[in-house]
Amino acid sequence: MSFDYDKYLRPGKLPHIWCPGCGHGIILKGLLRAIDACELNKDNTAIVSGIGCASRLPGYVDFNTLHTAHGRAAAFATGIKMAKPEMNVLVVGGDGDGVAIGGNHFIHACRRNIDMTYVICNNFIYGMTGGQFSPCTPTGDRASTTPYGNPDPVFDISQLAIGAGATFVARSTSFHAAQIDKLIAEGIRHKGMAVIEILDDCPTTYGRRNKFRSVVDMMKRFKEQAVPVAKAEKMSKEELDGKIVTGILHREERPEYCEQYAQVVKTARSL
Amino acid sequence: MAKKIALLQGNEACAYGALYAGCRFFGGYPITPSTEVAEVMAKELPKNGGKFIQMEDEIAAIASVLGASLTGAKALTASSGPGISLKQELIGYACIAEIPCVIVNVMRGGPSTGMPTGPSQSDIMQARWGTHGDHAAIAVAPASCQEIFSETVRAFNLAETYRMPVQVLLDEINGHMRERIELPEPGDLEIIDRQTPPVSPDQYLPYDPSFGDIPPLAAFGSGYRFHVTGLNKAADGFPTTKAKLVDAEERRQLRKVEANRELIEKNEEHMIEDAEIVIVAIGTISRSARNAVNQLREQGMKVGLFRPITLWPFPERRIAELAGQAKAMIIPEMNLGQMILEVERIVKGACDLHGIGRVDGEPITPSQIMEKIKEVC
Repeated sequence: MSFDYDKYLRPGKLPHIWCPGCGHGIILKGLLRAIDACELNKDNTAIVSGIGCASRLPGYVDFNTLHTAHGRAAAFATGIKMAKPEMNVLVVGGDGDGVAIGGNHFIHACRRNIDMTYVICNNFIYGMTGGQFSPCTPTGDRASTTPYGNPDPVFDISQLAIGAGATFVARSTSFHAAQIDKLIAEGIRHKGMAVIEILDDCPTTYGRRNKFRSVVDMMKRFKEQAVPVAKAEKMSKEELDGKIVTGILHREERPEYCEQYAQVVKTARSL
Repeated sequence: MAKKIALLQGNEACAYGALYAGCRFFGGYPITPSTEVAEVMAKELPKNGGKFIQMEDEIAAIASVLGASLTGAKALTASSGPGISLKQELIGYACIAEIPCVIVNVMRGGPSTGMPTGPSQSDIMQARWGTHGDHAAIAVAPASCQEIFSETVRAFNLAETYRMPVQVLLDEINGHMRERIELPEPGDLEIIDRQTPPVSPDQYLPYDPSFGDIPPLAAFGSGYRFHVTGLNKAADGFPTTKAKLVDAEERRQLRKVEANRELIEKNEEHMIEDAEIVIVAIGTISRSARNAVNQLREQGMKVGLFRPITLWPFPERRIAELAGQAKAMIIPEMNLGQMILEVERIVKGACDLHGIGRVDGEPITPSQIMEKIKEVC
């Protein structure tokens, strides 16, 4: 039987705002399949976002949804989780929202290892504002604000998350639709800060400026560049140049923040 | 039974007032001269089922407060000028999304880093207008440590009643000053909790105007699944650009305060009945003004003090009345002329206005006020 997405979609809220060929819809479907696989209770689940194309996702889904200000999703989500640790808290957003304007909140949520699942849709561009370069736009690429090529170096979101202390970090692409839900589900089941980076295609504002003739070309690139973690471990640094390592990149057990705070409560009450 | 007496700093009194009001979440970021509020909350909240978190920055602090408030918790943050400047965008978010919270601003000199350890009242206008877009504002400005306690309680009541952010304006002097306080027993002061929906989840709209100007707010995780956004939205909480809906929502949000001024306003009047000279002063400086009034009365001058305790909405009706009675109004404030602009707007030339401004990190003294009065009257 095919998956019943309607169970989680708010009636009357589609069509979504995303352009034809955008990968966000693939991620939305993956997210809903993951939520279903983890049997999350809708009443007890919050989905939080910032600003941008990907951040419109919460409006379409039938949970406690919070579309916050640009970059601030992780900080709002931290307040929800701290105040009501029994809730499942998920964050969805883009690369500019998450690691440029929201970079401070992102790294500190990772550092605290607070139990939330952050799905970050990295399409290398600020799509909603018309295609300005983000910290994830490849060096040399064209964006509306890099008409002569992007001089900036690139943030590797997954490595940033690992470095900042996230205890579950995984990466996939919008081509690997069947992998997305499994990685998000693993992230939801993980106790602690889980970051799932999905490399995503924006044909409208990134692809057309960077010699991708079609959405299919962008998808093909993801297919060709993707290397599963197990295979990547046997490859040299040179061989991995220009590749996208996919799968679970990092997993460790470390005390979760709300549990740590529960210890604080115990100590305070025992004095 | 004898009252419990404590010697508390203003900032501490503020924190204990918040706890008395039922505050169960504090999200903060260290900034002078407000840190004692956070320190008391860090110590006390875990003892009574609350949560304290020190966030990574000022913006995150108010973001965490708004997230916590959406789960139903009464939530507080405390900061000072530069931190409040950073919080401005999310103060607007709290206004448009109608999320109750209390924001303490222990004012210090500015602009920018200014004088972190010096007193100031230079955020009077920031408290009213400090975020982009049209929005209502409520701010209270207590003068003594006792009043800081009770006004913090009232700030929570106002936030929960009107479903919006409320600011408590202190300054470096009354925030750090220690005074004897009678600690209210439970039940002594009124505590108001937010209205929750009287309808079932399938009938609930987070901004339903059929409940009047202040729609009830459900908590995240309570079975009422709804959407919250900072975009202009319709009654169902979802974004809209439909002119009629946007206009209706914007006007309703302003009406929450405009239509309830009488309930929100709170003033104190001292020797005002026959006063020909009325001093309008708030917070710490109202104490200098009271002293000046008492001294000048002894000298036979008909001087009185009008003290807005609710600073915003500004007491327009009463100020206009007093302007009809007084020859002159004196407005001492620790800035270079903010509240006087508001008085001027209301008085419309009905009496003379004289400002006393000070921004050198020293308070305006009673003798400074008396000198000014003798000079101009």
